[in-house]
Amino acid sequence: MTSTDTAPRPQAGPLFDILEGFVVELRSAGLPVSLSENIDAAEAVQHIDIEDRVAFKYALAATLVKNDAHWKTFETLFEVYFSLRGPEYALDGDAVEFDDDVDFDPGEQPQGEGGQGGGDGLSPEELAELLYQALRQGDEALMRAIARQAVKRYAGMEPGRPVGGTYYLYRTLRNLDLDSVLERLMDQSRSNADQQLTPLQERLEKDEYEDRIDKLRKEIEAEIRRRLVADRGAEAMAKTLRKPLPEDVDFMHASREEMVMLRRAIYPLTRKLAVRLARKRRHKRRGALDFRNTVRHSLSYGGVPVEPKFRHPKPAKPEIFVIADISGSVAAFARFTLHLVYAISSQFSRVRSFVFIDGLDEVTSFFEGVEDITEAVHRVNTEADVVWVDGHSDYGHALEVFWDRYGNDVGPKTTVMILGDARNNYHASQAWITKEIQRKARKLFWLNPEPKAYWNTGDSIVGEYASYCDGVFEVRNLRQLERFVDNLV
Amino acid sequence: MSHRFDSIDAVSEGLRSVQYLADHSIAGVAFLADRLEKPVLIEGPAGTGKTQLAKSIAEMSGARLIRLQCYEGLDEAKALYEWNYKKQLLRIQVESSDGDAEWTEIQDDIFSDEFLLPRPLLEAITADDPVVLLIDEVDRVELETEALLLEILSDYQVSIPELGTIEAKQIPLVFLTSNNTRELSEALKRRCLFLHLDYPTLEREKEIVLTKVPEISENLADQVARIVRSIRQLELKKHPSISETLDWARTLVLLGIENIDESDAVDTVHLLLKYRSDIEKAIKDFTANSAAHFEASQAS
Repeated sequence: MTSTDTAPRPQAGPLFDILEGFVVELRSAGLPVSLSENIDAAEAVQHIDIEDRVAFKYALAATLVKNDAHWKTFETLFEVYFSLRGPEYALDGDAVEFDDDVDFDPGEQPQGEGGQGGGDGLSPEELAELLYQALRQGDEALMRAIARQAVKRYAGMEPGRPVGGTYYLYRTLRNLDLDSVLERLMDQSRSNADQQLTPLQERLEKDEYEDRIDKLRKEIEAEIRRRLVADRGAEAMAKTLRKPLPEDVDFMHASREEMVMLRRAIYPLTRKLAVRLARKRRHKRRGALDFRNTVRHSLSYGGVPVEPKFRHPKPAKPEIFVIADISGSVAAFARFTLHLVYAISSQFSRVRSFVFIDGLDEVTSFFEGVEDITEAVHRVNTEADVVWVDGHSDYGHALEVFWDRYGNDVGPKTTVMILGDARNNYHASQAWITKEIQRKARKLFWLNPEPKAYWNTGDSIVGEYASYCDGVFEVRNLRQLERFVDNLV
Repeated sequence: MSHRFDSIDAVSEGLRSVQYLADHSIAGVAFLADRLEKPVLIEGPAGTGKTQLAKSIAEMSGARLIRLQCYEGLDEAKALYEWNYKKQLLRIQVESSDGDAEWTEIQDDIFSDEFLLPRPLLEAITADDPVVLLIDEVDRVELETEALLLEILSDYQVSIPELGTIEAKQIPLVFLTSNNTRELSEALKRRCLFLHLDYPTLEREKEIVLTKVPEISENLADQVARIVRSIRQLELKKHPSISETLDWARTLVLLGIENIDESDAVDTVHLLLKYRSDIEKAIKDFTANSAAHFEASQAS
């Protein structure tokens, strides 16, 4: 290709260095960037105008990021890495903004309110009023200016302070009090309308304002990042901003936002689980010797059974029992577990699910034919009879109830999965039940959401149960869950 | 070799001329696909214009669209090529009725181009005219079948044991689409440029509505886009796609509605949502606000 050869090499040199550093950064953030993808990226940027920041970003994204869940990590890193790279790489279209950055000197960090620069003369009330106006009119330029001003004033950033961006974000947002601004905006539109706003209109208004506020929040975040980068340098910043990828997010400490992402990721995973089990059934080698058939075929060889015939394997329908702890200590995990149970039961025809705290109840019917998972979860949390005495987890008693009521249903085709941290509050373990289950069931697995280092410490007695399980797995994030699914068959 | 597109803007313009509104990422990736001669893997929820993008690119560049619809159980014979064995049989019969033909001669003869039935992939790379190859819903094939695609995606060639390797006469633009029902293999992803298509922004959706439903008024298009955005924020089984938005907009125009009020929205929401539980949820959402608001206004 000729265009590659004629690409201006001298300019490309430093760019490649930076690209190299960027790829290293992506890799250390956990993104799987292969060598060939790296080469593709290097080639791609030669075909586009480097001054065009948006195109540059998408060129890198298309070649380096092959999973939508990684997009956010990429975007943040990109911003940190390429926002303050000297004039020729400052791909920011906004020249005014850039001037401001040059002025920005970590030494004279604006500590007190007021002082130098445009907008600094405003009182906090005036700034709040300005913010209100900007949001009302959806004036993006003004919003950006306000975001910058607000960070300068309220974030209290000091050079060299080893504090993450979230702290500054929190401080800034607390001072802006966006919730009451939203309230005020809504009041304004209500009184502006000639007649009563219809609920639909009201909702649309609200969505619009929320959207604008969201934009403002993003501006503030970006501003904080820019300042941090100016203070500490891109490489150091990239390190502090490193957030776990969705597949590494700990179930126990997942935020709401992360939870939504996790939920989306479960479905491909359970499908994989289903495909794996199904494939095993299809590809399994031949079954037992079919004596009758062998003898019949032996007739054509004069009665010598030259060609042994085998039965077709009967595809065993996997039956899955899921027993999940939904007590407070694993609350976040339990929420996730219920989604997992739901996803599993939509893939397999024979799934029975049980939940327990210190009592145990079957919740299979809550998930059957339910289109709305949130409703099912709500029903589980409110209707299932899982509290026996005090609502503190008691694995021993829960297992006892399970064995009494459903023990007979466990058969040789049943795979039993117990999900919980095995923190038993010093009750009796009743580990003999797990032994019995293992004896009757095809497999018994235990998935523990706690880090392995905490196992068998305090009131955790997972070790006691583990001796009777076919496998105990630490499942704290999607990656581990995926590994479990992979190894299952 | 000459390029199909001059610049990213040219791609945008071209797509606009065939009524496909591309944002920066779409135009950028299409442009790069041409320059780097790499396939594009388009991923995203259903109904965000993944397949349409390939069609529109074909239309704007005047290329023929060759489509391979993937499904579970797709195999070589349906994706790559197949020997036309009936014709081969006939050939052998003709030869043997002649009598004295050598077996090796016949064998060479029946494994030649004449007896090859090209399937979409082979057809795409042997075509003389410009083509766009669309491999639709690639996530539907099994993991193992994906391997079929690898050779053609990275080298634009097909190896046929009896004939040798057939190389592409010209590099076609290749688009693969996926609804992400399962994780695609690393090998496949590595060979492609990646493009994630999500639901459009408010502005872009409004523009799409205005382009595709020319008789709609600006005001109504704006309302449509806003309401759809609101609905997409709910937690639903299936969010309204762009095509459903367009259906809805057309319906509203036919009904002669200029300002969408609550009852219109409730009456026509089944065009946007296809699950009962989703519809109920949306209706509840439209009206729940009113109850809360009604109480609030009474209290004051």
